[in-house]
Amino acid sequence: MRLHRLALASSALVAFGTVLAGAAQAEISDDAVKIGVLNDRSGLYADLSGEGSVVAARMAVEDFGGTVNGKAIEVLSADHQNKPDVGSNIARQWIDQDGVDVIVDVPTSSVALAVQQVTSEKDTAFLDSGAATTALTNDQCAPTFVHWTYDTYALSVGTGKAVVDEGGKSWFFLTADYAFGHQLEKDTAAVVEANGGTVVGSVNHPLSSSDFSSFLLQAQASGADVIGLANAGGDTTNAIKQANSFGIVQGGQKLAALLGFITDVDALGLDVAQGLTLTTGFYWDRNEDTRKFADRFAEKMNGQKPTMVQAGVYSAVMHYLKAVEEIDDDGGKAAVDQMKKMPINDFFAEDGTIREDGRMVHDMYLVQVKKPGDSAGKWDYYEIVKTIPGSEAFLPIEKSSCSLAKK
Amino acid sequence: MTDTAMKPATGLRGRRFVTPVLALLGIALLIAAPFFGIYPVFLMKLLCFALFACAFNLMLGFVGLLSFGHAAFFGMAAYVTGHAVKAWELNTVLGIGAGTAVAGVMGLVFGAIAIRQKGVYFAMITLALAQMVYFFCLQVPFTHGEDGIQGIPRGTVFGLFDLRDTLTMYYFVAAVFLVGIFVIYRTVHSPFGQALKGIRENEARMISLGYPVALLKVLAFTMSAALTGLAGSTKAIVFQTATLTDVNWHMSGEVVLMTLIGGMGTIFGPVVGAGVIIALQNYLATIGSWVTVVMGTIFVICVLTFRRGIVGEILARWPKKG
Repeated sequence: MRLHRLALASSALVAFGTVLAGAAQAEISDDAVKIGVLNDRSGLYADLSGEGSVVAARMAVEDFGGTVNGKAIEVLSADHQNKPDVGSNIARQWIDQDGVDVIVDVPTSSVALAVQQVTSEKDTAFLDSGAATTALTNDQCAPTFVHWTYDTYALSVGTGKAVVDEGGKSWFFLTADYAFGHQLEKDTAAVVEANGGTVVGSVNHPLSSSDFSSFLLQAQASGADVIGLANAGGDTTNAIKQANSFGIVQGGQKLAALLGFITDVDALGLDVAQGLTLTTGFYWDRNEDTRKFADRFAEKMNGQKPTMVQAGVYSAVMHYLKAVEEIDDDGGKAAVDQMKKMPINDFFAEDGTIREDGRMVHDMYLVQVKKPGDSAGKWDYYEIVKTIPGSEAFLPIEKSSCSLAKK
Repeated sequence: MTDTAMKPATGLRGRRFVTPVLALLGIALLIAAPFFGIYPVFLMKLLCFALFACAFNLMLGFVGLLSFGHAAFFGMAAYVTGHAVKAWELNTVLGIGAGTAVAGVMGLVFGAIAIRQKGVYFAMITLALAQMVYFFCLQVPFTHGEDGIQGIPRGTVFGLFDLRDTLTMYYFVAAVFLVGIFVIYRTVHSPFGQALKGIRENEARMISLGYPVALLKVLAFTMSAALTGLAGSTKAIVFQTATLTDVNWHMSGEVVLMTLIGGMGTIFGPVVGAGVIIALQNYLATIGSWVTVVMGTIFVICVLTFRRGIVGEILARWPKKG
């Protein structure tokens, strides 16, 4: 495809002389900018990304004006079913056959890492909003990649530091017994201790547990101020539900979810989730701009407010289009390089910047889930306790193991 | 499994001519396919799963034992190959060999344990063993847990062919696939294969005839596992990843689905079944959650109306000469 384009460009060169040649080198391929929204549309992440992310991408295209430098903008979408091989296959096919120029969203770490291989090999921009792993901006970073919304470090460390600052000095961890859970616990414990807190104990539970009673009783008996849930998805929601049955929050202990989304809170209900502390990259009810976006989004999504992942997709697509307009080129590295030069200012981020390793740095928010009585209704779930400045929220670039950061 | 559920393709004699012609046609199609505008990466995926389904079918279709743990061989082989090629920098072919060998050894162990039981108990034991493998893969460091092994280099075939080229990779996969199918075909039509079919039809009689039934079953299981491993290893090289998806029990279920839709107990049934399922997954990816609904519907229709599967049904209606 690219060779073909090169051949075309060179024949244009011969035909029209050198004036056109300059333009032919940097150009928008296939006379269109194609945005591929690749995410989970049928499984456990369908609520927090899924169709909502596609709607967000379309909104960004609409708000941008539908064309960039006179070239049409198209939005494609597909379901990766949380399978890395399906994801990388779609990514390849999109790039090779459909001329997709940028892939966005891609929740599920393993799929995102697989797509990262494809996009970096084929010089296609990849703006991830949905995946959590920090590997994307460390060992496996790429010059065509931007990690937009959050990562495990921001969520766990953000929550860890903020909760200690708020007085939660002693911690007990409930950890999913696999690499991800242990990493989450280790990162958070380091921050807790660095900020003067103590870790009084931890217990490992098998992945996808349905019975947390014995683990929760240990956590309760430890007398710790805070119970940190170093797990994700169904494990987090199950643990929260059962903690509620044991009256842990009512008993004065705090629950801190190290990886949680507003859709999880919605699924649990405020009765169960109340008092839960977590970190988020976006909350729809933060200010006038966020509310305006959320209302427009909700209109298209049967009243659902955007999650941070969906809001991040809008912001990423918008910034990408601005960069492409600026340089009139949709090559992956060229576009991402331009994105790194421009600050991000929209409802999602104030003065956000993209670092060399591909990490988009913006403020994160520590929130506490409201009591049912304090909530005005559906989706009115969070109380913003604290704004975590971007400089504290993400892994410092000096510690990044990304080869691009070492220059 | 009851006998009615698996009426195999009998009376192969009448089709003596047809088989080589079909085989040649198949090979020609395989060689020409990338030039008909079909996406080669998709074809490679299809071939890997087709081989997987065929290897699985060796157990289900020809021995009559439903294994619900074949993902363990598929995924483990992918991990071993990925690790061997990436961390130990082994040649791709040796890496695939290592994956296949490990899967074969696992098959021997699993087989020796599970073969004592039949029917649903056999399925449950294989499932339990496969779950153990799944949690093993989740925990050990070399698989990188959830993230999986990423960026496995495709390498070369002994320095002769560069597999980074998509078309070269495709022909490599096609060759692996043909070798796998050939091995299965020869096995099924050998005295060993006949004995396996005998076990499927009437195990007690085979024992009374003096066949070492348990040994034959373990051998078949080992072969099936090794070929599954071959498919898994090749897939790891094609997609350059090895992840938990491959060892998950969903994968074991998917291969059952492929085999049943295509037609168990036939050589090419699983190939067709894999084609149908993979094509659905691929081309329907844009319609989101409907993929699973469509696949479920197809499965129900298949079970209700053509229980022999697509190829099984065609073979059963084929006019028999002589």
